Amino acid sequence: MRITIDSERCVGAGQCVLSAPQVFDQDEDGIVTLLAAPGPDEAAKVRIATALCPSGAITAHEG
Amino acid sequence: MTHSDPVVVDFPTRKPGVPFPPPDYDGYRDHQGLVLSRLPNGARAWLVTRHEDVRAVLTDSRISSNPSHKGFPNVGTVGVPTQEQIPGWFVGLDSPEHDRFRKALIPEFTVRRIRGLRPAIERTVEERLDAMLAAGNSADLVADYALPVPSLVISTLLGVPPSDRDFFESRTRTLVSLRASTDAQRETAVKELLRYIKRLVGIKAKWPGDDLISRLLAAGSIAPHELSGVLMLLLIAGHETTANNIALGVVTLLRNPQWIGDDRAVEETLRFHSVADIVSLRVAVEDVEIGGQLIKAGDGIVPLIAAANHDTSAFECPHMFDPSRSARHHVAFGYGIHQCLGQNLVRVEMEIAYRKLFERIPDIRLAVPDEGLSIKYDGVLYGLEQLPVRW
Ligand code: HEM
Repeated sequence: MRITIDSERCVGAGQCVLSAPQVFDQDEDGIVTLLAAPGPDEAAKVRIATALCPSGAITAHEG
Repeated sequence: MTHSDPVVVDFPTRKPGVPFPPPDYDGYRDHQGLVLSRLPNGARAWLVTRHEDVRAVLTDSRISSNPSHKGFPNVGTVGVPTQEQIPGWFVGLDSPEHDRFRKALIPEFTVRRIRGLRPAIERTVEERLDAMLAAGNSADLVADYALPVPSLVISTLLGVPPSDRDFFESRTRTLVSLRASTDAQRETAVKELLRYIKRLVGIKAKWPGDDLISRLLAAGSIAPHELSGVLMLLLIAGHETTANNIALGVVTLLRNPQWIGDDRAVEETLRFHSVADIVSLRVAVEDVEIGGQLIKAGDGIVPLIAAANHDTSAFECPHMFDPSRSARHHVAFGYGIHQCLGQNLVRVEMEIAYRKLFERIPDIRLAVPDEGLSIKYDGVLYGLEQLPVRW
């Protein structure tokens, strides 16, 4: 799984950090940053983060 | 507005004797999805009830949050503030104007920053419990706990000096007590709070501290005359919403004691009660189709958060209080770019408020029969007027 983030769209709700804290973080401006590429264990959590993000800032590319 | 749809329902439907969410919501959602309604001021607006449709409304850029657009719905007794009235009231702005304010504020509400506030929130909650326990073996949990806790937490966040917190708390209480205060008293309270906030901004400009106001002033992207509106918004958006969730959550936990001590009750309480049912108001600025229904430019839209959070296609047995479900896709905090800025603060506050209450007063119980609870029917938010308890 590959992740792309659109930091312009991010509204800092923090849903991704709550869902997959190993993969997502908020930088000092509160905007989403990627900590690491998701391992196989994290894929499900990343999907949840993508679905919960209120502003569509995260896209997960399967495969 | 001209519509071929002949069915127009009266709104709001919340009234004495009707449970909340009103059973009408299930009917609308399962039959039409979108329903045309007549608001208290006679205007018409679309009620949106399905989870999927509510999310679609709240993420569509052809739909506006700005109350100054013609057709914007007014559902309350209190007028909806507009930009002209309060500069900095950014929940009523659309992208890109909205984003400057939001971006300036999100560093203050990150998951990490809020975690750092935990000790201060715990202290506030402990102090309220000390006061309640010292006063005897009964209390009104709304007045003595649910209302003061979020007000004190916001005053800490804003950097209100401890000596002013009683003033701050009493004025915010007047603001939300629809029955215990008159329109005139509430107007005065708003004016006093605005005046106080302006003075506080002046003080922080001269003597900066380690607080939200000082940091926003230093960052400089919000002008001082906008800052008081922003701070007022934080105060109003975060007070009664949180208080109602604390009080209703306690009632629900007392009815379902197997969930006391389980932090998952927080998310389920937010979904189950959906106190901000009619907060995310919108107006279409272009023609748009939602859930198969054409909404014309200028039509008011009322997404019903409680209806979406009780949609069987999004939640199994939605009318059951079940903290073991994964409920995080609820829209209790809205959705889209305006999704609640304070949501991480709320989660921590509710968790601490429940945990400490049942730890310190394990034998707490309702002091009135269930049917005797006084529900707020007239406010924009769903909640309890009072919650008499004893131990
Ligand atoms: C349980 C408590 C709360 C609930 C249910 C709640 C609910 C909501 C909802 C539904 C919205 C979206 C409004 C819209 O779409 O037009 C919202 C926005 C907002 N909330 Fe909350 N809220 C709560 C607590 C708080 C707290 C504690 C704060 C801050 C201290 C806060 C600050 C805000 C702000 C600033 C916005 C506007 C965000 C924007 O426009 O980008 N809220 N809230």
